[in-house]
Amino acid sequence: MMRLQSQVKSTSILYRWLGDRIFTVVVVLLGASIILITAGMAWVLFDEGGLALREFGFFGFLSGTTWDPAVQLQFGAWPFLFGTLVTSGLALLISIFPAIAVGIFSAEYAPKWLSSLIDNLVQLIAAVPSVVIGIWGIFVLAPWMRETVYMPIYLWAETSAPGLIPILGHPIGYGMTTATIVLSLMIVPYTAALSKDAIESVPKEQREASRALGATRWEVIRMAVLPYARSGILAGTVLSLGRAIGETMAVAMLIGNKNTLPFSIFGAGATMPSVIVNEFREAVESLHLSSLMAIGFVLFIIALIVNLLAAWIIRKYSISGGKVV
Amino acid sequence: MLSIRLFFIALILVIFTISCGNNGETDTDVQALTGQTASGEQTSRERRMGLIGAGATFPAPLITAMADEYRDITNGRVTLNYQSIGSGGGIRQFIEQTVMFGMTEAFLSDEVMANIEDQTGGTAFNMPITLADVVPTYNLPGIDKGLVFSGEVLVEIYLGRITRWNDPKIAELNPDMDLPNRQITVVHRSDGSGTTNVWTSFLTRVSDEWRERVGFATSVNWPTGIGGNGNEGVAGAVINTPGAIGYNSLTYAILNNMSYGSVINQSGNIIEPSYEATSEAANIDLPEDTRVLFTNTPAEYGYPIAGFAWMLVYENLDQNRAIQTERQARELIRFLLWTITDGQELSELLGFARLPQAAIERNYAMIEQLKWNGREIGREILEEEQIL
Repeated sequence: MMRLQSQVKSTSILYRWLGDRIFTVVVVLLGASIILITAGMAWVLFDEGGLALREFGFFGFLSGTTWDPAVQLQFGAWPFLFGTLVTSGLALLISIFPAIAVGIFSAEYAPKWLSSLIDNLVQLIAAVPSVVIGIWGIFVLAPWMRETVYMPIYLWAETSAPGLIPILGHPIGYGMTTATIVLSLMIVPYTAALSKDAIESVPKEQREASRALGATRWEVIRMAVLPYARSGILAGTVLSLGRAIGETMAVAMLIGNKNTLPFSIFGAGATMPSVIVNEFREAVESLHLSSLMAIGFVLFIIALIVNLLAAWIIRKYSISGGKVV
Repeated sequence: MLSIRLFFIALILVIFTISCGNNGETDTDVQALTGQTASGEQTSRERRMGLIGAGATFPAPLITAMADEYRDITNGRVTLNYQSIGSGGGIRQFIEQTVMFGMTEAFLSDEVMANIEDQTGGTAFNMPITLADVVPTYNLPGIDKGLVFSGEVLVEIYLGRITRWNDPKIAELNPDMDLPNRQITVVHRSDGSGTTNVWTSFLTRVSDEWRERVGFATSVNWPTGIGGNGNEGVAGAVINTPGAIGYNSLTYAILNNMSYGSVINQSGNIIEPSYEATSEAANIDLPEDTRVLFTNTPAEYGYPIAGFAWMLVYENLDQNRAIQTERQARELIRFLLWTITDGQELSELLGFARLPQAAIERNYAMIEQLKWNGREIGREILEEEQIL
């Protein structure tokens, strides 16, 4: 009996010791694999894009405005960088207030059933594949925008403000504005869901305290809830920006894909993901392919910056213990 | 609880030892079995053979249909795995020797040909398999068909110089049409494509200015217009935009009920796009390696905006790491031969133009040179099939 017990004890110690080690090793390996894969991706993009980056120089590549795969074999990323920054920046501006409003309404005002209904609908938008949104854009939004928004403005400008015509551009329906609107629609769910989470995680005491001081509902949100949720909302917004920057299919289908500056408000443009998805498959020239890889590398860096920015915002603006840290 | 855990550990140990023991035994079993069935396995391997190819998307429907038909003909002996990853991808996979053949809508450049010659001691053959035709599609309410274009007019439109449909240059070609005073919206492919290659090569052939400013390639620096992704993207933009002009493959235009125009060829004839006119365009004096763009064809009744889709194979098939045995090489050659002869019967049904006799003759000459370790298996197969 004694022997058996001691045997059991020793096995279980061995088991525990070994199990702990195995678990640690597995977790470390799996965790490291993600980091390694990310680093590997960056390296491959940099390596494959090396030909173009050496040919034009890193900043020369970024600021180059010609993208000519046929005659001059000259590649510059500026039109795409510009298109990406403008469309995703504006999309963020358009979507941020409605999205936060959705978050506030669903977290603070709506009864439970309505709140869950809103959540589901918002998630539904997020779940629609972007190519489907692109098709909807081609067949519904773009023609509608052309007939009801672009054409009237364009015709008005033609008669009374001809100077505006080059800025407005030829209204085809596909272009920067259409792409921006679709993009903003696509990122609303992310901003809304993340703001709602941030608002819901504000401690109840925070609200009760301000209520006790006689604050109205609006004042509670403005003075107690929003400052507390600020870091979460901002970080969510920045992450949505990252999503907008990387959005490919719907944008490629709607932006009109014009690779030369100047872009105009209604006219066609291009973004970094859109040019990659468009030209990658049939890029025969090695410099052409390398330039597309280099654009991928730049996109990677931008995504990294956006994520670091989000992390920094969370740290800078988060409130703990009622104090701004 | 502890006893249960002990039990499991014991169980695992037991299973482990049993399986180890089993392994030792089955090793010999397997050896005995393979000794017995080696011949049987070989016959089954003879019965089944997989060919691997990759490349252009445009001919993919034809190639897959051909593969199905060929599998039936060979009673399931030869199956084809074709991945439509695009011409650029097809060329890369061919150079990296992960596929037995590549497909491309842009022939191999001299540089690539020279590299291959250095590496494999033989050339790479670009064998025309089918033809790609590109037609100008448009959306003009009231004018459903019959618009006539010339190369010069298309160049001017795509350079952004002709901007209205009632431009005198268009009117001159279409005296009977009531052309509206409507702005022209130029639509082109945004993705790199063989269609663009053919289209821009035609514009390059008819205009020096186009050649110097834009040139031809699978994607170019377009001076004007908007880009649609894929045939469907261009078609979508044209169908949804009154006053738009674009370019699509003939099949796509027909299937989507789009309006498409006729084009005046080099001989001055107005050619309405058709599969026959496309085949006719390639029925000219082709160079031996068929690496040629025959847009703006000299053929009198040929449609001027068309090009080949090529299958890429190494002259020395043994140098391609994707082909391991002579049998595979022979099956590949047989399949190749079939696609350019009987396989062409499938063309019209799927919306492709047939290879003209001129191209088939060139293909025979290239097949004749195919070798396996110096042995002229291409010639042997041609003799077997009584073509030589």
